[in-house]
Amino acid sequence: MASATGQIGTAAAASRAPVHQYVAFAVMVLLLVAAPFAIYPIFIMKVLCFALFACAFNLLIGYVGLLSFGHAAFLGAAGYITGHAAKVWGLTPELAIVAGVATSAVLGLVVGALAIRRQGIYFAMITLALAQMLYFFCLQAPFTGGEDGIQAIPRGRLFGLIDLSDMMTLYVVVVIIFLAGFLLIYRTIHSPFGQVLKAIRENEPRAVSLGYDVDRYKLVAFVLSAALSGLAGATKVLVFQLASLTDVHWAMSGEVVLMALVGGLGTIFGPVAGAVVIISLQNYLAQLGAWVTVVQGVIFVLCVLAFRRGIMGELGRLLKRPF
Amino acid sequence: MMKKRLLGTTAALLAGLAAGSAHAAFSDGKIKIGVLNDQSSLYADLSGQGSVLAARMAVEDFGGSVNGTPVEIIFADHQNKADIGSNIARQWYDVEQVDAIADVPNSAVALAVSQITRDKNKVHLNSGAGTSSLTGDKCSPNTVHWTYDTWALANGTGSAVVENGGDSWFFLTADYAFGHALEGDTAAVVKEKGGQVLGEVRHPLNTADFSSFLLQAQGSGAKVIGLANAGSDTTNAIKQASEFGIVQAGQTLAGLLVFITDVHGLGLQTAQGLTLTEAFYWDLNDETRAWSKRFAEQNGGKQPTMVQAGVYGAVLHYLKALAETGDDSDGVKVVEQMKAMPTEDPLFGKGEVRVDGRTTHPMYLLQVKTPEESKGPWDYYNVVSTIPADQAFRPLDKGGCELVK
Repeated sequence: MASATGQIGTAAAASRAPVHQYVAFAVMVLLLVAAPFAIYPIFIMKVLCFALFACAFNLLIGYVGLLSFGHAAFLGAAGYITGHAAKVWGLTPELAIVAGVATSAVLGLVVGALAIRRQGIYFAMITLALAQMLYFFCLQAPFTGGEDGIQAIPRGRLFGLIDLSDMMTLYVVVVIIFLAGFLLIYRTIHSPFGQVLKAIRENEPRAVSLGYDVDRYKLVAFVLSAALSGLAGATKVLVFQLASLTDVHWAMSGEVVLMALVGGLGTIFGPVAGAVVIISLQNYLAQLGAWVTVVQGVIFVLCVLAFRRGIMGELGRLLKRPF
Repeated sequence: MMKKRLLGTTAALLAGLAAGSAHAAFSDGKIKIGVLNDQSSLYADLSGQGSVLAARMAVEDFGGSVNGTPVEIIFADHQNKADIGSNIARQWYDVEQVDAIADVPNSAVALAVSQITRDKNKVHLNSGAGTSSLTGDKCSPNTVHWTYDTWALANGTGSAVVENGGDSWFFLTADYAFGHALEGDTAAVVKEKGGQVLGEVRHPLNTADFSSFLLQAQGSGAKVIGLANAGSDTTNAIKQASEFGIVQAGQTLAGLLVFITDVHGLGLQTAQGLTLTEAFYWDLNDETRAWSKRFAEQNGGKQPTMVQAGVYGAVLHYLKALAETGDDSDGVKVVEQMKAMPTEDPLFGKGEVRVDGRTTHPMYLLQVKTPEESKGPWDYYNVVSTIPADQAFRPLDKGGCELVK
């Protein structure tokens, strides 16, 4: 009897979020509040956009076990649509973002529906192929401006009221968008839906035999990941006021894999840490010139050889608590 | 790290206050020019550290200071990504007190930096980017475009080749907006000069195999094959054309966007006979040779490209304008001063900065030498003809720049 209640107790504790994750979340929020006074805000906003992108990507690889190699398509497509909507159609920023996210979600539905029919390397190849198609579309389509990109995108007024050209206002908005996306992912992972996703990751045939419609779960997760990547891309466009081919290029799909891997696959805070590391390297080592890519490569090799679980994964193992 | 930055800023502020009493004009007591370019991939050879060196030489030749205020050169790698370039540019202007950004190859990054420079009212001295919209529909009162643009290259090669007898053309075009624009601009000039365009073939971006396209070009019987593409597409096409013996068989290859570093990479055996347009060649006259000798000594023996030479010219003219205005806080005013003064330097000769931001100077139609003609390393070009400054660039009224009234 006593042991039975004990078991129920642990089960209940497991379904609630462990305390240390609340602490980690609180630390992250505190850092976000303090950061703009010490670090250049545009840089933090860029890190946040990529952190959200990496989190969305991690939702697929870390919790469903699907390695998408075409996530740049969702980041970039949402960016172009948001940029076009804000600049040419004159939409307010929130509507432009919604347009971008909707585009990515629909794109995710199409790509996902085709790709989830295959597994492993074939899944990765199909996503890569479709993303390359989008890249060449963006290269050719008149509204994307080819290799010049869409420039001078107005930040506009949020809800027609709040002027986003003020840097700190924009910062607050970007932080809110990031936290909302982050919490949505967190909620998804810890919901019954998320449990099924993890079951699929661990043993797909078993999930099928238990009666779950695995393809539907995968598709929903794919669309969610695509939409959140789109949210990251749309926000990034408002921060930088430009949308360019970089965001739809396959190298960007590779970069997000790198971020998730360095931070720790299948950890909640890992992709954020990975994004901080990679974007900081790109930015602060820009003075080193040609060495940026070399340093990036060395870190990647070190990560694969020495700490395979990534920063947060290894930290979690040391503290015996998952982050 | 943050502490360091804060200390640095405080120190700069203090220095600014100290200097402020002596030279009230220059903000923060320092003139800071940031060279923002590609230091690690495809444009690293033609801009990269060489451009940083060129900027330093300009400062050196100007005497190291403007009216007693020291000039500092810093640099960064934009990795050919517009968001990284834009991040660095904003940070330079907002945090590091940079007064002007120079070089910036890659059209997407250049247009982004041009926009930010306008928002922050600083100065953008572009040398590396090719897009003619910088002084066209996206022109800015804060931007000076020094060295070349795609219109000038298309026009130079198109008109000069026709005048030298190459009156029938066939285009090998990269199938995207840039390639189409290059082909369109060149074809218009060819027709205007009385030549004819026999046809064109479009190839996808980053093509490895040009054989079928080159066979079509060969079969067309055109005297000139125009390469309306860039980077690895151009070099691949030239390599394969050399294997097919196209130049030896009597057709001329005309590169519409080729740099001396491309020729250096290809080697004379492969590139011989190629016709192209550049704004600068180190072996033009005594002055360019003297300057280039100094440059090469500090650059591991590599001669300057036109982009690097352009950074020198632009930075030098910027410093001259600063010496006149005595104030670096208002970017538009400094650029207006640059436009008011005629340009003159040992590399580009005499010219002017037009109202749309375009700098005019002569352009040169060049032909790559055969290995037998070449007397030594970097002796690559024969100058076929000189296109005078007033004909080398797009006429003011054709660009659609809002500053032209």
